[in-house]
Order: sequence, then structure tokens, then C-alpha cells
Amino acid sequence: MVDMSTFIDVAVYLGIILIKILVLVFPLFIVVAYYTLAERKIIGYMQVRVGPNRVGFDAVPGLRRIRGLGQPIADAVKLMFKEIVIPTNANVFLFVIAPVLSFAPAIAAWAVIPFDDGWVVADINVGLLYLLAMTSISVYGVIIAGWASNSKYAFLGSIRSAAQIISYEIAMGFTLVGVVLAAGSLNLSDIVMAQKGSLIHWYWLPLFPLFIIYFISATAETNRAPFDVAEGESEIVAGFHTEYSGMLFAVFFLAEYANMILVSALAVIMFLGGWLSPFEGTILGETILGQHGIVWFLLKTSIFMLLFLWFRATFPRYRYDQIMRLGWKIFIPITLVWIVVEAAAVLANLPPWFVEG
Amino acid sequence: MIKFTFYFFSIILIFAAMRLITVRNPVHAALFLVLSFFSSASIWLLLHAEFLAIALILVYVGAVMVLFLFVVMMLDINVTMIRDGFARYMPVATLVGVVILVEMGLVIFSHLPEVQPVVMAADVSNTKMLGQVLYTIYVYPFEIAAVILLVAMVAAIALTHIPRTRMKYQTPSHQVNVRRQDRVRLVKMPTEPKD
Amino acid sequence: MTLIELNMLMPEIILLSMASLILIIDAFLPDDLRDLTYQLSQGTLIGVGLVIFSTYPQQTELALHGMFVTDPMGATLKLFIVGIVFFTFLYSRSYLKERNFFKGEYFTLGLFATLGMLIMVSAHNMLVIYLGLELLSLSLYAMVAMHRDSQSATEAAMKYFVLGAIASGILLYGMSMLYGMTGTLDLNELSQSLSTLDEYHTALVFGLVFIVVGLAFKLGAVPFHMWVPDVYQGSPTSVTLFISSAPKLAAFAMVMRLLVDGMGHLHSDWQDMLILLSILSMAIGNIVAISQTNIKRMLAYSTISHVGFLLLGILTADKAGYAASMFYVVSYALMTLGGFGMILLLSRAGFEAENISDYKGLNERNSWFAFIMLILMLSMMGVPPMLGFWAKFSVVMQLINSGMLWLAIVAVLFAVIGAFYYLRIIWMMYFEKPEETAPIEDTMDMRVAVSANGLLVLGLGLMPHTLMTICLSAFSLV
Repeated sequence: MVDMSTFIDVAVYLGIILIKILVLVFPLFIVVAYYTLAERKIIGYMQVRVGPNRVGFDAVPGLRRIRGLGQPIADAVKLMFKEIVIPTNANVFLFVIAPVLSFAPAIAAWAVIPFDDGWVVADINVGLLYLLAMTSISVYGVIIAGWASNSKYAFLGSIRSAAQIISYEIAMGFTLVGVVLAAGSLNLSDIVMAQKGSLIHWYWLPLFPLFIIYFISATAETNRAPFDVAEGESEIVAGFHTEYSGMLFAVFFLAEYANMILVSALAVIMFLGGWLSPFEGTILGETILGQHGIVWFLLKTSIFMLLFLWFRATFPRYRYDQIMRLGWKIFIPITLVWIVVEAAAVLANLPPWFVEG
Repeated sequence: MIKFTFYFFSIILIFAAMRLITVRNPVHAALFLVLSFFSSASIWLLLHAEFLAIALILVYVGAVMVLFLFVVMMLDINVTMIRDGFARYMPVATLVGVVILVEMGLVIFSHLPEVQPVVMAADVSNTKMLGQVLYTIYVYPFEIAAVILLVAMVAAIALTHIPRTRMKYQTPSHQVNVRRQDRVRLVKMPTEPKD
Repeated sequence: MTLIELNMLMPEIILLSMASLILIIDAFLPDDLRDLTYQLSQGTLIGVGLVIFSTYPQQTELALHGMFVTDPMGATLKLFIVGIVFFTFLYSRSYLKERNFFKGEYFTLGLFATLGMLIMVSAHNMLVIYLGLELLSLSLYAMVAMHRDSQSATEAAMKYFVLGAIASGILLYGMSMLYGMTGTLDLNELSQSLSTLDEYHTALVFGLVFIVVGLAFKLGAVPFHMWVPDVYQGSPTSVTLFISSAPKLAAFAMVMRLLVDGMGHLHSDWQDMLILLSILSMAIGNIVAISQTNIKRMLAYSTISHVGFLLLGILTADKAGYAASMFYVVSYALMTLGGFGMILLLSRAGFEAENISDYKGLNERNSWFAFIMLILMLSMMGVPPMLGFWAKFSVVMQLINSGMLWLAIVAVLFAVIGAFYYLRIIWMMYFEKPEETAPIEDTMDMRVAVSANGLLVLGLGLMPHTLMTICLSAFSLV
């Protein structure tokens, strides 16, 4: 017989975890929704257009003048009511489960992201590896979607995507190795704390090449422009999600944006000191600006999120073989060389970053 | 709680492993293999072997199986042909299976000096421990393993690389550096006399 | 890792660094300078040989937490391995050039395979033995498959790969069972904990069976010999030469390390298994070889029978027997080297010289090389005063000494049966009309090397005590 008190303990324990997850995931959904709006608006302005400007919250007095704010909600409602078309001879089970497989890791990865000192769902020792594992799993959604659709375009898209994600994962893994080498830990909170000091203590400076390569690889990993050959509409219709419609399509969409926010947050944690204030150690260090906090984390993350949109508005799509060349022949050698350089610096206790202590 | 989690993942693992060998579609089989890797990684996590668990997911699920799926999806495998020999090889396979099963039983049930699990100090993460052992005591096998991987790479390239002479490709730098005199030759010809 | 330990590892370190360096240099070499790769590889082998010679150990020493061992047996085997690989490369060069796959990878993979053999020879931990074996095998699979346009080579590579992988798996399974029983991978600790086990463990013997099966697969002993003939026949001859010679020395070392150093206490168990393997190998090898028309296939079966003889010495389970086996394996490697060297010498572009009928009237075409071939064949047959005679003689003597007279008689019987197919080649060379009349053309170094090889077999046969002393001192019996 199960002891009643342990049962309650377990229930409470699970309940707390559940609440933590909800607190994390609910705002995330809202951010994702409004990220799509931001994308359309910002790219619109970059191309001298206005972007979505019809749906708004007329009932709310303060927001009456800002048109377009209701667009994400309208989109969501529209997609929910659309029919989910399942192609003939498609593998129904896999077809339906594929979007889930791409969405679940994108959300699960958030478990180890620290927003502030101690603000993390699971503070595990191998946080960075866990993240890498989760991002590498998300490729299954794409592959299975392409295969289960029973469509040439979808299949081509999924094969392109699989090859691309695996290739860039290596370069990305090496940049993470560089960070681990510098911080001496795989725990994300420890990595942030190892950058404490001031703006120049952050790892973007000593690991500059890795920082740049990380962000470019992250763009490729998330299948975003200019590396979005997996869904290149000029070549293969819409790639792996050609056959998807309605809510299933929306889930893919959500996964992509959740992933973009995730890799932005990760860039901030690894290279830009997470929740640390940029004014620490300067004259302003004692003022309110020098306080560490989640605000800094969110601000820095949104800069990277903006960069994603900016890339999309600016660069033409890469040719497929050039993507592969960039990944294998340029990024991997550079990261390898820089890891050796960095290892030498760590051994030499190069100040101010690698001081033993 | 841990017991429950253990049985939960074990049941999934056994189910996935069974389906892996019974399912007809090779793609499904590969996906069941992924599932079984995943569940065994979870069981490792229960043993506090978090590094091994994540490495299993990262390496096998994230990379090896993706490429595997890749190949399986592209090949048009004729399942009935593979199943042709099933009945013929069944007795031999059963025999081998039973022998291996008996042996494992013998190992498990033979009375050995009790081996206690190594208890680690709570403040040392096992990733760190693994790293320390790997680069000190086991550095020699570790390096040999690295050489094996190098050989695998050399072999793969030697066996599949197509010499450049057979390939048609563009060199962007040549295209950019081309000058007018490389492409155009102006020839002075006498004008034809008018009649 | 101390400096002294590094010093002990020096041959392996030099070989690895040079192999990697040659790999890089080769990638940037234009095709007409490819000879440089060959020369660098040969230079490396000479250098490694010199280093092994200059650091020849007087007693057994362990290094790297007991993973690495240097002892006289190991050093002697390593010297022979390096020397034989040197000759292998020398013989292969013109063969590869004529067939248009004179590639750098052949030599770099060869060097990595050699590294694998050196690691196996001085391994003192089951993990290291396994890794060394894999390094060797992986390089060999690739070398077999390297002739991409040849269907038979691809088939051979596939068979070799699949069966080799199964063998590795079986070996590993056996090792893991031993690890489960004793909790150690180190051979010394393994031997110790086996000696303290007082009760009889069935599981232990099962582990032993798996290890013996794995070893038999790798050595090519019956009934685990299926891959040998197909791989020998299908591979390019230069690769067959590589597979058949030096790796056997490493395999011998592996058997010694695992069965003798690690599981010496179980010798009563493995003795019976080896007796069975050895009788079967001698029987199948010698009898099936008679019906072969392809000389590579014939030599493959001859190898199987030689493996049978090789096991005879080990199964006596005493030092003199091990020395006899070592003598056998070294002489076998020298004879095989010569045999395949002759095939390479006689072959040319578009003509493989791999049928027995290609040797008809060799005496009329070139009496010197017919003579060398005669020496090699007589030696493989075991006719005095050739080296092969002394090899068989010492093994059989040790059997009689340890009271296994019946096995000695069986061995001699099969040796006599085996004489038939060697004699057939001699008959064809001297008493039949040549079908092929093209003169034998090859480079000077090749001719000299093959001649030297043949004469070495004769010379060592006339003075067997030189080699025997080396083998005996490897087991500190002198």
C-alpha cells in the first residue's frame, strides 16, 4: 500500500513543477504570438510598408489607436478553424505527431534557461548538453513531417533540413565547447556567474569568433533566412510543411519561433552575461542601472530576436551547396582553431576572463 | 516514486524494442529504435548518470539515428524479400538467442562477490569525474579511439571521394578575376573589297 | 604520464605523428609526386624499427596505469611487424602503379594498420587490445575496398567487414562477461582474480569460449575461417599480402596476451578448445587447398592450415611451446611474404598471375625466380633444410615434450597431405610448358627484395638457431 503522506508529497512536488512550467510557458506563447506580429511589422517598415494594420483592440481604451495588435489572435483563431487536410496515402499517425515532435523539444529546452539568479525550472548540472540534445531532437519533427506527407517537395525539404541541421550542429557544438572551456561548467547559471565583472568580462570578447559563429549556426539550426532552404518557396513550395494546414501548420510555426527565442536567450546567457547588468563596474554601477535582473536578460534577448528579423529582411537565400561549404569548411575549422587558442589562454590564466578562482 | 518512473520507462523501452523487431515498415522500426534509446537514456538519468544519458540522446538520437532514418527513407527496401529467409533462419537464430539468454542468466545468478555501486561525493558532478578519469587513467584507450575515428574518416573519404577531374563546378574567384583579354580576342581582318 | 612512460611509447607516438603528417602532405601532393608518400612511409617504418631496436626492453615493464606493456616478446614481434610491413609496401608499389590506384591512402591506411598492430602487441588491458584490433581491422577493410571499380574487391570487403564486425562483437561480448565476473579489464588483475576464484564458474568458461571464438575468427581458424579464402582471393594482391602477413603476428600477440597473460589459470579449459580448432584447421586447410586452381585461394587455405600449426605450440601452455609458436608465426609471415611477393612480381597490368596454371614453365621463363619460388614452396611444405621445416619441427617437438604424441602424429599426417598442393606448383614450374611467354619485368628493388626474401627463408633454414634464439629469449628461456 502506498503511504498516503508520501503520495501527497509527490502530488505537491509534481504540482509545483507543473505551476513552474505554466508560469514559463504561458508568457512564452504570448511572446511567440507577438513575435510573429513584430516580424511582419518590422520587415514591413524596413521595406517601407506598414504591415498588419487592421485588427485591433477597439474595446480597450488605451490601445484603440494601435491597429494590428489583434492580428496574432485573429491568425490563431483562423488557423484553429481551418480544416486539417491529410494527404492520400500519408502515414496519418506520423503526419499528426510530427508537429508535436518539433514543438515539444522547443518548449522542453526552456526548462534549463535561467532568467535571473535562481529563476530556472530545472537547475541541472549538464544544462548546456541538455540544450544541445533538445535542439538536435527537434530535427525529427521536420524529417518525419517530410516523410509522412508522401510528397516529393516535403521529402526534399526534410532531407535538406536534416543534412543542414546536423552539419551546423557540429559547429554549434564546438562553440558551446568553447563556452564550457571558459566557464568550467555545463550549468547555465554557473556560466552566467562566471562572466560577472563588467561588460568586458562577458565572453563575447574573448570568444568573439565563436560568438559570431554561434549565432550564424543558430540561424541555420532554426531554418531561418538566409538558410531557410528547407522551406525555400522559390524551389520546393514550402518544404517539409507543404502538406500541412490548419492547426498542425500553426504548431510548426510556433516551434520555429519558440526555437528562435530560445537560441537568442542562449546567446545572451553564453556570451552576453545573461541577467548581468552592462553597467556593472562602471560609474553607473552603483545606481539602479547597475542592478542585475531579468530586465537585462529580456532586453538582450530581444536584440537578438530583432537580428533574426533583420537578417530575413536583408540577405538573399544561400544556395544549398554553399550552406554546406560554409558549415563544414569554414566554421568548423575556425571553431577548432579558436578552441585551441582559448585553451592556451585558459592555461595561461589570461586576465580578466580566465583568472583562476 | 523512482520505482514508478523506472517501471514506466522500462515498459516503454521493452515495448519499443519489441516493436522495433516486429514492425513491418523500416522507417517505423527506426523510430522505435529512437524511442528505445530515449527510454534507456531516461533510465540512466534515474541512476544519476546524467552525462551518459544526455550523450546517448545527443549522439545516437540526435545524430546517428537521423542519418540512419535518412538512408532508410531514401532506400526503397523490399520488406517481403527480407522476410523470405525468416522461417529458414529461425531455428539458428532461436538457438543463438537461447544460448545468449542462458549465459546472461548464468552471469546474473552465479554467486559472485557482491559488487557495491560506487558512491560518489555529492558535490562532484559525474561529468567532471568522467572527464578526469578519461584524461588520466584512460587517456591511452581514449587516444586510440580518436585514431580509430580518424581512420574511419580517411577510409570513408578514400572510398567515396570522386576526383575533381570528373566533376564540373564553378570557381567563383576565377569568374571574378577574369579579364577582358581572357575571353575576347579582337582580330583585325581586312575589309572585303567592294565590288 | 611520466617521461619514462613516454619514452616507452615512442615507437607508437612516432608512427602516429608521421602517419598523420603523411596524410596531410599527401592531400596536397600532385599525382606525379605521389612517390614521396611512399618514400616517407618507408622512412617512417625504418625510423620506427630503429627506435624499437634501440629501446629493446630487458624485462617486462608496465606503463600508463597498466594499459601498456613492453617486454622482449612484444619488442621482437614489433620489429618483425615493422620489417614485414616495409617489405609489403615495397612489393606493392609497382603493382599499385600498374593498376592506377597508387594512392596515398593505401600507405597511410597501411601505417595506421601497423599502428594498430603495435598497440595490440603491447596492450595489457582488454579495452586496449580491442581498440588496437579495431584500428587494425578498420584500416584493412578500407584497404580491401579501395579498388572501387573491382567487383570482387568490393564483395571481399563486404564479407570481410561483416564477418569481422561479428567477430569483434563476439570478442567484446566475451570480454564483457569476464569483466562482469571479475570487475576488471586489466590483464594482471584479471589473472589475479581468476587465481583466487576457488569455485568453478560456468559463466567464466562461457566468457572464455566467446573470446576464443573471437580470436579464432580473427586468426582464421576452422570453423571460423569462412572469410579467409574469399577475402584473399577478392582483394587486390597487394592487400592480400598485407592482410596475410603482419597481422598474423599481431594476432599471435593478442592470443598470448589474452589467453596466457590474462587467463593462464584457465589453461585447462582453453587447451581443449585450441586442440579442436587446430585439428580442424589443419584438416580443412590442407585438404581443401588441394582442389584450388587459384593460387591466392590456395594460399588462403594454406594459411588456415598454418594457423592450425601455430595453435599447436600455444596449446602446450608452457614457455617452450609459446617460443615454438612464435618461431612458427614469424617463419610463416616470412614465407607468405615471399609467396605473395612472387605473385606480385609475376603479375603486370592486365595480368594477375593468380591461377596456378600461370606458373607453368616458370623455370624456362626465368630460372632464378623459379628457384626462389621453389624455396618458398618447399619451406611452406616443411622440407628440410628450409625455415618452414624447423618451424613445424619445433612445434611438433614441443607437443611430444608435453606428452601429446597423438596430436603430434596428426599434425605430421596433415603436413604430409598438405605437401601435395605445394608439389603441384613445383611440378608445373619445372616440368610443364609455359602458356605465358612474356618476360618477367619489374623494378630492380622488387627483384632484389623478392630474391632476398627467398634467400632469407633458405638462410634462416640453414641456421635456424639464430631465429630460435631470438624467440627463446623473448620468453627468457636462454
